[in-house]
Amino acid sequence: MSAQQRLNASPSPARRRKSWRLGRNSVIALPYGWLLLFFILPFAFVLKISLAEADMAIPPYTALVEWLDETTLTIQLTFSKYQLLLEDGLYLSAYLNSLKIAAISTIFCLLIGFPIALFIVSRPAHARFFWLAMVMLPFWTSMLLRVYAWIGILQSNGLLNTFLMNAGIINQPLVLLHTDLAVYLGIVYSYLPFMVLPLYAALEKLDPALLEASADLGARPAVSFFTVTLPLAVPGIIAGCLLVFVPAVGEFVIPALLGAPDTLMIGRVLWDEFFANRDWPMASAVAIVMLIVLVAPVMLVRARETATRDEA
Amino acid sequence: MEHRSAGAGPGGSAAEPFVRIEVITKRFGATVAVNRIDLDIQRSELFCLLGGSGSGKSTLLRMLAGFEQPSEGRILIDGQDMTGVPAYERPVNMMFQSYALFPHMSVSDNVAYGLRRGGVARAEIRKRVADMLDIVKMGDYAQRKPHQLSGGQRQRVALARALVKQPKLLLLDEPLGALDKKLREETQFELMKIQSQLGTTFIVVTHDQDEAMTLASRMGVMQDGRLVQVGGPRDLYEFPVNRFVARFIGAVNLFEAVLIEDEPGHARLRCAETGGVFHVSHGVSGTLGQTMHLALRPEKINLIRDKPDGEENVAPGVIDEIAYLGNLSVYQVRLDTGRLIHVTLPNLDRHEGEAFEAGNRVFCSWGPASAVVLPA
Repeated sequence: MSAQQRLNASPSPARRRKSWRLGRNSVIALPYGWLLLFFILPFAFVLKISLAEADMAIPPYTALVEWLDETTLTIQLTFSKYQLLLEDGLYLSAYLNSLKIAAISTIFCLLIGFPIALFIVSRPAHARFFWLAMVMLPFWTSMLLRVYAWIGILQSNGLLNTFLMNAGIINQPLVLLHTDLAVYLGIVYSYLPFMVLPLYAALEKLDPALLEASADLGARPAVSFFTVTLPLAVPGIIAGCLLVFVPAVGEFVIPALLGAPDTLMIGRVLWDEFFANRDWPMASAVAIVMLIVLVAPVMLVRARETATRDEA
Repeated sequence: MEHRSAGAGPGGSAAEPFVRIEVITKRFGATVAVNRIDLDIQRSELFCLLGGSGSGKSTLLRMLAGFEQPSEGRILIDGQDMTGVPAYERPVNMMFQSYALFPHMSVSDNVAYGLRRGGVARAEIRKRVADMLDIVKMGDYAQRKPHQLSGGQRQRVALARALVKQPKLLLLDEPLGALDKKLREETQFELMKIQSQLGTTFIVVTHDQDEAMTLASRMGVMQDGRLVQVGGPRDLYEFPVNRFVARFIGAVNLFEAVLIEDEPGHARLRCAETGGVFHVSHGVSGTLGQTMHLALRPEKINLIRDKPDGEENVAPGVIDEIAYLGNLSVYQVRLDTGRLIHVTLPNLDRHEGEAFEAGNRVFCSWGPASAVVLPA
């Protein structure tokens, strides 16, 4: 009976293994399919457009591949947009300014977000959800609305100036709106939760016994922070900084609404190329270069992480 | 700060205890974790705090380390009042139950951590770390990270880290809990060796009575935040003050019995559970007719086939089950009264020969000095 069962069962494991492998492969294929459909293909389109020339047509760019006659197929790749990107100082300074604003905003997010994350972690477990919800709550309203609210706060007859003047601290309203300061305020405010959440996740994993051990070995709280808390929060710091820095570089809404007309950020340049100049190839080239500028540091960080993990 | 009188500087006199725990109480909200504990620990002593989970032993240890402040009372270490002294300024190091090794530092950086905080010169740090790692036999692993070590190796690194600052007092929280039996036994003896080598005062918290018995020169049993009994391993085993201590340390048969005779040199108690009379060779402070408790250790009972002379300190029964443990066997004997008792006998003979078997009719007998009368 059992022998027969075994005999009957013998071809089935192979078949089962095969179907299992199929199932596993299709599960793995899912994210790749997603990536292909929503990242690689659109990227290819944008890359294609960036190598074309602007044209008064619909769509407003030339085709890359054309039949010259019955037998000749020509492929025309135009790199002039990239050349222009490098030669025209406007683009370069827009890139640099975007990187500068994003970097400074990221640092401020980190400086503000770290104490917030530490505070939440220091709460008893049942109270943490409340404080996390406090951080997340602004997310539940539209970002556009929140940025508009900042206009109400910062403008000459806005909340802040009215308050400061009524309190007798200033006589003249401060010029706050349409300045770089307003852009920093807007970005730091909008992206702070992206910094707090990964920091919280990293600090929450920190064993409190490590800080006790550090104190036990003679470290004052400040020393423990720099020798234990901070190094162990590095993964959270990296994740939080990337989550803030990357979207901040391409930010369009905040500088458009809060920034000065001369606040040059690459997101605005992109918008202008696309909608004002209707130069799709130029806009595409700007987008491609921005992507490269952003992906390169991420790849570097990943490579470093993998290297340290292998070394460990 | 108070001025010391001459001669009573740090170090103190021989009579002065090294650690003085003065009637301390610790409350967490409404719960009393530590209840009016008063305890002195001498220099170079290896003291074990023994108790179940929630007995308050870890809270007491954490108050010594400075992680918790007592709600009442105070702690003196080497004559110095520790009230308000933060953990990082106490002359105390602790070995944590989880070891709490810094995961981002190598073994040698972990061990050097305390010395670096103390402003010790670099060359000196390197030398002391190397020496300490040699003592715990971890010299070859100095550059490893904690996650690359086995449980036993981590434990030795944690010990090295706690000892390298040469603290006056070393606190160990369940130091050997995570180790397997064989490694635990080896490490116990290693700990004792290191303790006698360095002369440090050790306070060890454990729930494992074997560990406490092996390590401690003196131990204290805690129950519900109170220190129930303090004494040497022999005191606690042979003269427990109550049923809790008797049960907590070692195996025991507990009986209820009524006092029927009480003389200075001996006492007799009638026990319904054994169906006989206990004759004990010590006087009991009680009134006749009072119900008392008797503790009788399994190894102090003998099994014999023939009815012994005399009616006292004997109980007939049938062997229910036998557990062979190698060095000894544990017999479960069903007394004629229905009560089940445990008896352990050494396996002196390698051959089965005369050995008892389940179902054998036997008489359990013990001497007058075997049973101990407990007041509670």
